[in-house]
Amino acid sequence: MVTAQSPETEQYNVIGTRPIRPDGVDKVTGAAQYGADLQLPGMLAGRVLRSPHAHANIKSIDTSKAEALDGVLAVVVNADFPRAADKDVDTGEGSANLKWVLDNVIASDKVLYKGHAVAAVAATDHHIAEDALELIEVEYDLLTPVLDVRDAMVDGSPLLHDSLHTSELDGSKSDSPSNTASHLQFTKGEIDAGFDEADVVIEREFETSMAHQGYIETHNGTAYWRADGTLDIYTSTQGAFPVRDQVSALMQLSQSQVKVTPMEIGGGFGGKIPVYLEPLAALLSQKTGRPVKLTMNREEVLLATGPTSGTYMRVRMGAKRDGTITAAEVHLAFEAGAYPGSPVGAGAMCSLAPYDIPNQKIDGYDVVVNKPKTAAYRAPGAPQAEFATESVLNELAEELGLDPLEMRLSNASVEGNTTAAGMPFGVIGNVDCMTAAQQSPHWQSELEGPDRGRGVAQGFWFNIGFESSAYGQVNGDGQVSLVLGSTDIGGTRASIAMQLAETLGIAAEDVHPQVVDTASVGFTQVTGGSRTTFAGGWAAYECAMDIRNQMAQRAAQIWEVDEDTVEYGDDAIIRGPADEDGNPREISFKDLAAQLPTSGGHIVGRADVNKTSSGPAFATHIVDVEVDRDTGKVEILRYTAVQDAGTAIHPAYVEGQMQGGVAQGVGMALNEEYYYDESGDLKNASLLDYRMPTALDLPMIETNIVEVPNPGHPYGVRGVGEVPIIPPAPAVRAAIANAIGVHMTELPMSPRAILEATTLGGD
Amino acid sequence: MQAVKYARASSVEEAISLLQEGGDGARPLAGGTDVIVQARERTRDISLFVDIKHIPELIGIDHSADGLTIGAATPCYQIYGDDKIQSDYPILVDSCSLIGGTAIQGRASLGGNLCNSSPAADGIPSLIVLEAQVEIAGPNGRRSVPVEDFCTAPGRNVLAAGEFVTKLTFPAPAGGSGARFLRFIPRNEMDIAVTNAATQLRLNGDGSVAWARVSIGAVAPTPLLVADAAAALIGQPLSEQTIAAAADASRAAANPITDMRGSIRQRVHLAGVLTERTIRQAAERAA
Repeated sequence: MVTAQSPETEQYNVIGTRPIRPDGVDKVTGAAQYGADLQLPGMLAGRVLRSPHAHANIKSIDTSKAEALDGVLAVVVNADFPRAADKDVDTGEGSANLKWVLDNVIASDKVLYKGHAVAAVAATDHHIAEDALELIEVEYDLLTPVLDVRDAMVDGSPLLHDSLHTSELDGSKSDSPSNTASHLQFTKGEIDAGFDEADVVIEREFETSMAHQGYIETHNGTAYWRADGTLDIYTSTQGAFPVRDQVSALMQLSQSQVKVTPMEIGGGFGGKIPVYLEPLAALLSQKTGRPVKLTMNREEVLLATGPTSGTYMRVRMGAKRDGTITAAEVHLAFEAGAYPGSPVGAGAMCSLAPYDIPNQKIDGYDVVVNKPKTAAYRAPGAPQAEFATESVLNELAEELGLDPLEMRLSNASVEGNTTAAGMPFGVIGNVDCMTAAQQSPHWQSELEGPDRGRGVAQGFWFNIGFESSAYGQVNGDGQVSLVLGSTDIGGTRASIAMQLAETLGIAAEDVHPQVVDTASVGFTQVTGGSRTTFAGGWAAYECAMDIRNQMAQRAAQIWEVDEDTVEYGDDAIIRGPADEDGNPREISFKDLAAQLPTSGGHIVGRADVNKTSSGPAFATHIVDVEVDRDTGKVEILRYTAVQDAGTAIHPAYVEGQMQGGVAQGVGMALNEEYYYDESGDLKNASLLDYRMPTALDLPMIETNIVEVPNPGHPYGVRGVGEVPIIPPAPAVRAAIANAIGVHMTELPMSPRAILEATTLGGD
Repeated sequence: MQAVKYARASSVEEAISLLQEGGDGARPLAGGTDVIVQARERTRDISLFVDIKHIPELIGIDHSADGLTIGAATPCYQIYGDDKIQSDYPILVDSCSLIGGTAIQGRASLGGNLCNSSPAADGIPSLIVLEAQVEIAGPNGRRSVPVEDFCTAPGRNVLAAGEFVTKLTFPAPAGGSGARFLRFIPRNEMDIAVTNAATQLRLNGDGSVAWARVSIGAVAPTPLLVADAAAALIGQPLSEQTIAAAADASRAAANPITDMRGSIRQRVHLAGVLTERTIRQAAERAA
């Protein structure tokens, strides 16, 4: 591991170094408190009754026998909740209709997927709560499940929602109800003329399966509805404030009545933004007057939380003999799950963004099916959409006899280009990543041996900014207590604290970050969208600048000189005008901090930033595979991930994000899938049969951080968390094709799928 | 999980009476890596665990001139860590180092793997080709059955109420013999076999096959002894044609289902692939 600062970060004292993480000791010793660890006096155990059917009307629910069981203190169903208004609520990464949010938390008139919550119980222990579930009698009227996105779009398909009409491009709604919730389109140039210019045109269809984020910590939620009508929530979430806003809207409380404490989080990847258990715990607590804790088991997580969409996609792309891409047409149909809101829009925005293609037409469809409501998953929608576009581009390069990286370079988006979705590119590292990949030892090496192949793919994700807050208290010991609202998933306590330390000119170890509840810090959006080190770091920068100003003012006051004559230097020395004897007036940050208590009190810096800008992220990945032709199994032999981080604040955590993204992307590429039977029963709702890669399935993933600083950030930060999940699937597909000459058209490219595409033939 | 009771037996007789007292809800407990999960998930109705791994005759490995005896509750790590098993019965190392994962192997036993009676069990095909005998104790005394007759259906076996397995016995390996177990899983760890297979064979001095046994798993309601595959090998030189004929016999014997772990055609195909591979690798060990 390289530990020296990169040439791009040598100008900094703290940025680009690798201090140990502030939360590290607690996590490795087991002292860190996760949601399931929480114990409150008088706390009850809750359990959720879930639908055994994928699609059914609820005729009746009889909870009387469960309520009569000794030890059961409350049973709740949808009808016990305040009637949700038909309006939208901010859910962290977008908004959703409040009635649908509530109906997903607990079904009202219909169950829409296997595992859909139907009732919840609070009891004195979890054995009793489980026994009580068996005493709840639910009468269902079974309906035909709709399990495939294309079937769902056909006229005459069974409908999930009688009131759902397709939102069309012009804002109108379809006359008849439909499972297609919306249709969006981005266009650029003249698509037909573009294809006329092409010498070679390739069209391919793809299907991908739903895939889950696979965080190790299962969902949990504890609520205590206090006697004064305020509500405390403790939960594992990517965004305490969005939980506060969702729960207060659902329970019809004011935001100020709800306080959400984010516990440590064991992974989220987008899936811990929606609320599932928190509203149920809140209502059970209101009914019993006691704290109630709910936790999910693994089966519940896979059945009933939000995976990413399964899709049907079609891509047509044309190029001239010299490799110039003249036109591309993209059709994306995404499963939203039970309620509208798939990430098809983001997928459409990203699908062709790495390339400056003059003629484009991108259509996206958001379609409901009888599967769990999808949630965000690491670059939501982009891994699917770019799997389709990158795969066709690789086939075009193969058909034209061109090097796939050279073909990408000759079509690459650069500063000044605008995507079909209307996004203008400023300074971006698209070409820089491709060039670094070309020069990498991996790309320069020869791949030898039978049934081995190499593949490459590009990835793009736009990243987001949004609102973050930071408070920094200067202590008398010359150190700073930093208060944050961002759940720390990937090392953001460190990466934000380092930006505060850099700005103040003090050591990283002199900043002590804490993640606090929603009553103790300013509004902060979710840890998601690769935004936290970007926007949180910006808040830390502004917080530090506020501290610098106040420290300079305090020095001026102590020295009895005009404020304008005092400056805070980047070396953490505060300098004023020379005194009457001509001696320089200067004091270090630490020395001045020691004087604060006696010179007017402590100093607190604060900042609340809300950024509409972001720094787009690009990545280039190279993979070598070996395919066992007899079994269809693909072994990853070597993997190199190149990525533009803007500025890598803490390079070890950037590398960790890159490697984690690759691991998940390889999982989607090779084995991860939601396997349903015809009745809509998810047959592999366990980590035994939902096959995420293990440590033995991946080689050491080589990382190559490219740094093209983002001019729209004080330290050049771009987001790093999401883009690395995008290139693995198309790169692995290309490597398989290179190894055995077969172009796969589905994800996952499992041994079974590869055997069916080769020796066994299709079903 | 239901609330359950726990009792520790120190002799076979005590275990028999505890299981009888416990009735239908009583269940022997060795490593517990299957039954505790089943109790937690309520897929089995269990009210009492009778811990049998503290009974001396159920734990341990004994080598004699007649062969090998393994106590039913002996954990996998002790089996694959035994020097003489490594040299004389390496196929047991194949199986025991694949059951579950490293952490599971600290508790899981071959007896438990057998009594769980999964069609995909990674221990059973190896026991079948090694001609293991299953020693059983119960309220009506002791009996012994050949391991290939033990499983009767997924999760079911010949054990009557109150009976449990005490040990597994194996004949001494003949000179010139070799055995190999392989499973196919999509990942490299932590999976249930899509298909598995085991072969033991003995080679004559001229390289022809003197004796053989082939077993395949996860392709039928129980692990199968494929007599036709052995018949295709015995008396033949170990040629490509001979191996292909044995693989054909395994494919013909396979009668799998399609589920989330694999399709019918995939499993039938893999039964052939793994039969071929185990024959080749067993022959390497025999040489």
